[in-house]
Amino acid sequence: MEHIVIIGNGISGVTLARHVRKLSDKRITIISGETDFFFSRTALMYIYMGHMKFEHTQPYENWFWEKNRIELKKGFVNKVETETKTLHFTEGETLQYDKLIIATGSKPNKFGWPGQDLEGTLGMYHKQDLEKLEKYAPNKETCKRAVIVGGGLIGIELAEMLNSRSIPVTFLVREDSFWNGVLPQGESEMINRHVKNHHIDLRLSTNLRAINSDENGKVKSVIIEETGEELECNVVGLTAGVAPNIDFLKDSGIEIGRGVKVNRFLETNIPDVYSIGDCAEQHEAIGNRRPIEAVWYTGRMMGETLAQTLCGNRIEYKPGHWFNSAKFLDIEYQTYGWVFGERGRPEHEVHFHWKHEDDTKCITVAYDKNTNVFLGINNFGIRMRHEVFDRWLTEKRDVDYVINHLPEANFDPEFYSKFEKDILKAYNNQLQTV
Amino acid sequence: MSNKLNHSMSLAKPDALDITTKQKVALAIGVIGLFIFTLALFNTNFPNKGLFLTLSLGSIIGGIIIYSREAYLTKLEGIKNDGVWFKSISSRGILGWILGVLLTTFYIVLYFFPKYLGLGTDGEANTGLISLFDPLSHLLSGRDASQWFVYGTLYTVAILAFGYKFILKYRHNRYQQLRTVSVMFFQLGFAFLIPEFMYVMNNDLPYYDLKSIWPLNYYIFDEWSVNGFLSNGNIGIALLLFGIISIFVITPILTFKYGKRWYCSWVCGCGGLAETAGDSFRQLSSKKMSAWKLERWLIHTVLVFSVVMTVAMIYTYLGYDKNDFWLTRDVFIISVIGFLTLVFAVVMIFKRHELGKDAKYGAIGYFIVITLLLVMHFTGTTDQLFYIKASALRSAYGIYIGSIFSGVIGTGFYPILGNRSWCRFGCPMAAILGFQQRLFSKFRITTNGGQCISCGNCSNSCEMGIDVRAYAQKGENIVRSSCVGCGVCSAVCPRGVLKLENDSMEGRINPTEILLGNDVDLMDFVNQK
Repeated sequence: MEHIVIIGNGISGVTLARHVRKLSDKRITIISGETDFFFSRTALMYIYMGHMKFEHTQPYENWFWEKNRIELKKGFVNKVETETKTLHFTEGETLQYDKLIIATGSKPNKFGWPGQDLEGTLGMYHKQDLEKLEKYAPNKETCKRAVIVGGGLIGIELAEMLNSRSIPVTFLVREDSFWNGVLPQGESEMINRHVKNHHIDLRLSTNLRAINSDENGKVKSVIIEETGEELECNVVGLTAGVAPNIDFLKDSGIEIGRGVKVNRFLETNIPDVYSIGDCAEQHEAIGNRRPIEAVWYTGRMMGETLAQTLCGNRIEYKPGHWFNSAKFLDIEYQTYGWVFGERGRPEHEVHFHWKHEDDTKCITVAYDKNTNVFLGINNFGIRMRHEVFDRWLTEKRDVDYVINHLPEANFDPEFYSKFEKDILKAYNNQLQTV
Repeated sequence: MSNKLNHSMSLAKPDALDITTKQKVALAIGVIGLFIFTLALFNTNFPNKGLFLTLSLGSIIGGIIIYSREAYLTKLEGIKNDGVWFKSISSRGILGWILGVLLTTFYIVLYFFPKYLGLGTDGEANTGLISLFDPLSHLLSGRDASQWFVYGTLYTVAILAFGYKFILKYRHNRYQQLRTVSVMFFQLGFAFLIPEFMYVMNNDLPYYDLKSIWPLNYYIFDEWSVNGFLSNGNIGIALLLFGIISIFVITPILTFKYGKRWYCSWVCGCGGLAETAGDSFRQLSSKKMSAWKLERWLIHTVLVFSVVMTVAMIYTYLGYDKNDFWLTRDVFIISVIGFLTLVFAVVMIFKRHELGKDAKYGAIGYFIVITLLLVMHFTGTTDQLFYIKASALRSAYGIYIGSIFSGVIGTGFYPILGNRSWCRFGCPMAAILGFQQRLFSKFRITTNGGQCISCGNCSNSCEMGIDVRAYAQKGENIVRSSCVGCGVCSAVCPRGVLKLENDSMEGRINPTEILLGNDVDLMDFVNQK
């Protein structure tokens, strides 16, 4: 029986395993050095905040794997021999495969800051990072201040986590406004204000120069690049993005760029070796997408797709319309289609922006200024229907249609205030002034 | 992982989230109120009972109000679940167990030993805790308090005060606020005040909480109750008719339009207490598959028990005075069997394909009930069913289901089993509503395409133990008989994935293998199969 071996038990690997099981009787093994069972990485924050226990982040009960004949193997692979199709583990064991799938995800970026490996520094990606945080920042007495370096989605989650335990947070963001490499200005500035409302010390246009150590090799303070200011702290969160977690593949002969190079079929240069999820790098970006997409949803989609290929229906990875979501403290964010920030915005893309006076809700609708075709929407504090926007994008609706039909897309709970009329009014006013 | 579940024996967990000084004061005020009750329980004879009752209820309510304002109004609007799994009281810690034991003891005394609460028997005046409530009872209905009056008052106070807390907790969420105001209104008006006023107007009428519907209200068709209604002229007959219409007409219509939530989380008193005072324990319900299996057997067994018990009881007293009433035993038993057969036939004809394996269990349940009824009818004994008296069946139901299951376990075990264990495992009314919700209702929880990140906040906060995430991560709508539509899963979702909706029956259940967002051809290819 063909043996499918998946390295990594994240959403990509597990989705793949589930779909292969549905489609076939192949032997399936999932390898992870991180945890015994699949858990939702995105939910790690809620464990620290006390909303959930670790077991609640596991989407399947522990009997699920045996029942579905998915073998789980705990351990780290440190070498892949593709000629003999053998995996070597750090403990010295080996495992044979027929088809190998690399789904090892990411690891936090470190940019060579002095002191970046001191005790008390951590990323927020693996379960082990959470254990470290619990050790170094259990409460505000042990951790008198934490400094977070890097203003992305993980950074703001880490800030929210520490905030939930009343630990003072200084948040160093390289950009002059939060996440404005992705978000348009109006949204980014609204989030700046929201972060500050939570008493988080947000420092924009601020970089880290070095992390200082105390006599025990523990974090004592950080030095700010721009001002030379020294900030005393006990924990430094390094959340300046993530990079593929593929160091173990160096001498395997598998082609590597920043990630594992794959074609549209998610195949690597070596036969019977595939890669999916955060660690896969497309030779050429698909549409507006980046070659490496470290997003939950794309990991899942690659798993769904590759399962078909492995089970005899060889198909390309063809993601549909882009979508994503996040939550910035109390403000939910969803996006459908493409809305670019200042950086990288195509010349033809223009925006209509509406913000509610309470400063926690806004939308940005992107459209083509030549054809008026709707390109995408960012919505903050208002929930929108994925299905409706996916359809409108496929139908290439124009921006007038979208704004006039927004009520169809509303996904807020019943009895919530509706803002479509305000939005429409603002939209019409804007047209008159132009 | 060490993660906070250090089962330290210390009552104040070393790293528990602190409460503020103001909250400590609020707790102290509330404890003073409870302390007055304790003194009364041990027969302290307060000089002015009215004053002390006001003082104790006032400080309990005041304490809760001050505590909640400090907890929620000092922070920005949003989800307020920080530390629920760290706090001893809400994570089955020592405080949780102590509270569970206290509540359970209270229920046992209340149901089985009311004299320890000070209930005066044989015309004697009340003493102890119950006598403390005499002034309020006199004010409302002019009679002495009973243990049920004390319980009703405390129950109402709990729903009102913790309802206020819940409204503040969800002050960004209008759905949560409205349904909480609704349960507060129905508890105060329908369960507490109106029955007292009805007594003032006509003290022969049996106690009737209009919103409490058979079979949850299992005593409404008791002989004493029906006689009470019938001997009170038009108003009595109107009330009895309302009771019958409630279950056979109003309930199916509203459940079709809105799902069972119209009752369970907007009207019902049990639900009201669970959603307000019990809110802190919602995460404790078990989400295991095994719990779901147990739930389905248990709740439907209770339903069968309650139907057979009620029918047997009515059948029994219909036999006492033959021929002077159109509703004879024959007519009654034939209409019951006819009605059940009609329901069974409609389900099997229209919904067979949706039920799968459950259809078999449904059929078994149906035939058991019918067989029991026929055996009852043809064994000929006038008041026995399998040599068990119908009245014995009725009192067994009252003790084991009405008291022990719904009260002692249902509420006493809040801090252990979660706040809806009665609603989930025992309530026959919930079983009927759920049956309809699953098969004939416009209600569902819609899943928002492919946006789920499997974080588990929804499942964690589901008080009915539904593994909401299992559906959401498949892009599948949630259509479950047990869902009471509290809407908290939708509220806590960090990605805006869940929405409670009443929409058309078409496409209500939508199992998908490949979620929205992937290759359209692949989705069509796989999902159509």
